[in-house]
Amino acid sequence: MTTPTTTSHTDPTPTTASHRMPAPQPRGPVSTTLLAALTAGSPDDVDPGAHGTDPLAPVAAALEAVGIDGPDATAVVLTEDVQLALLVMYELHYRGVDGVDDAWEWHPGLLALRARVERPFEAALRARVPQPQCDATDAGGVAARLFQLAADDDSPSLSRYVARKADAAQARELIALRSIYQLKEADPHTWAIPRLSGVPKAALVEIQSDEYGGGHPGHMHHELYARTMRGMGLDATYGAYLDAVPAVTLVAVNAMSLLGLHRRLRGAIVGHLAAYEMTSSIPCRQYGNGLRRLGHDESVTGYFDEHVEADAVHEQIAGRDLAGRLAEQEPALRDDVLWGAALCLAVEGDVGAYAMERWQHGESALRVPLPAA
Amino acid sequence: MATTTVCPAVARWVSDWTGPLGHRLAEEEAGDDARAGARAEVSLTPCPDGPLLVRGPVTVVGPDGEEVPRHRATVAMCRCGGTAIPPWCDGTHKVNGFRSDD
Repeated sequence: MTTPTTTSHTDPTPTTASHRMPAPQPRGPVSTTLLAALTAGSPDDVDPGAHGTDPLAPVAAALEAVGIDGPDATAVVLTEDVQLALLVMYELHYRGVDGVDDAWEWHPGLLALRARVERPFEAALRARVPQPQCDATDAGGVAARLFQLAADDDSPSLSRYVARKADAAQARELIALRSIYQLKEADPHTWAIPRLSGVPKAALVEIQSDEYGGGHPGHMHHELYARTMRGMGLDATYGAYLDAVPAVTLVAVNAMSLLGLHRRLRGAIVGHLAAYEMTSSIPCRQYGNGLRRLGHDESVTGYFDEHVEADAVHEQIAGRDLAGRLAEQEPALRDDVLWGAALCLAVEGDVGAYAMERWQHGESALRVPLPAA
Repeated sequence: MATTTVCPAVARWVSDWTGPLGHRLAEEEAGDDARAGARAEVSLTPCPDGPLLVRGPVTVVGPDGEEVPRHRATVAMCRCGGTAIPPWCDGTHKVNGFRSDD
């Protein structure tokens, strides 16, 4: 990778590798061409006028070839190849990707490609998750509807399975599966903070402050998750298991980034957070119980024990003061608040259903089995 | 028997609320506490069919008169009596049919 000799607006100092997401193994033509383009150098090095080449042209061609603009776009966009490419593009806004210059984050050509993927992605999610109906327009009524959506969720209960039946290998797979999001827990919802005002903003900050440890770095929830991973003999490096996770996991994480990075969808990311919190405290108790049943101590269960208590607080704040009050404040956002909640339940449910289905067939829920502990 | 922080008899209760397991809420002692600046900001928010949210400089006192350490700025006190982590809410009210009258 070359470094521009002229003054660059990017920081020329290499970022510590451990903080960036490792560049994943490609899973098809789109992710192959994308990773090749992004790791070839800084976009500032490319002068289309001089060379007449667009480094992203192969990516555009690959997207065209897989049918991203065609009649099956909403199916194509959910393939692991396109989802991985989307995750890499989104990651530029979080910790960055190993070997990829941060200047790519706001490269207009790359943003255009991302939009070309996001359009069918949002359409696929809208098709997958119907708009929940709601008669209420007040904060309390919208919160009650959100709690009802969470209570009515009939996804197979992964947490109950872990509590009672999962074996040690399956428990480790679960922790690895969840690590793609949990090692950046809360970050996608934080994008909403500057987009809100008044009571909903204060409510979101209150929740996120707790997520980020209330001023104690070691208490940050993603730090607690890393501790759980290490306690189970797993690699707690950010993104370490990206190559191992299936498309359903990529979809669930990308859905959060889609909602979080678009102001237009701020109602949906708020609803997503509300549903996430509302389906956390009881399942986390079950995960903790399952891990204790398998012989793990507080160093492993601490993350889940913390979430039993924390998310029982967060779900109340998220339901009324955040989501409910946002729906009151901006009535046009109410439907997206509810849809974001339903989307969370659906895509997280898909991940659980996928893992349980694989385990019931005696197979791994990961693409690459984990090395032994 | 080891002595832990015992709520002084002179403590003033911030409300007449008593939890299902006998926990009460007392004014936090003044002092060099970092939250002292927010002393006036105590707020108690009953959540319909759910816990009591407590914000501000409040000490949680157990039925034995001893202080229960808080782990976070905003806490949810169990009101249904079904929690496995008393005095804190653990979401059990959602599955045990608890109904509040607020």
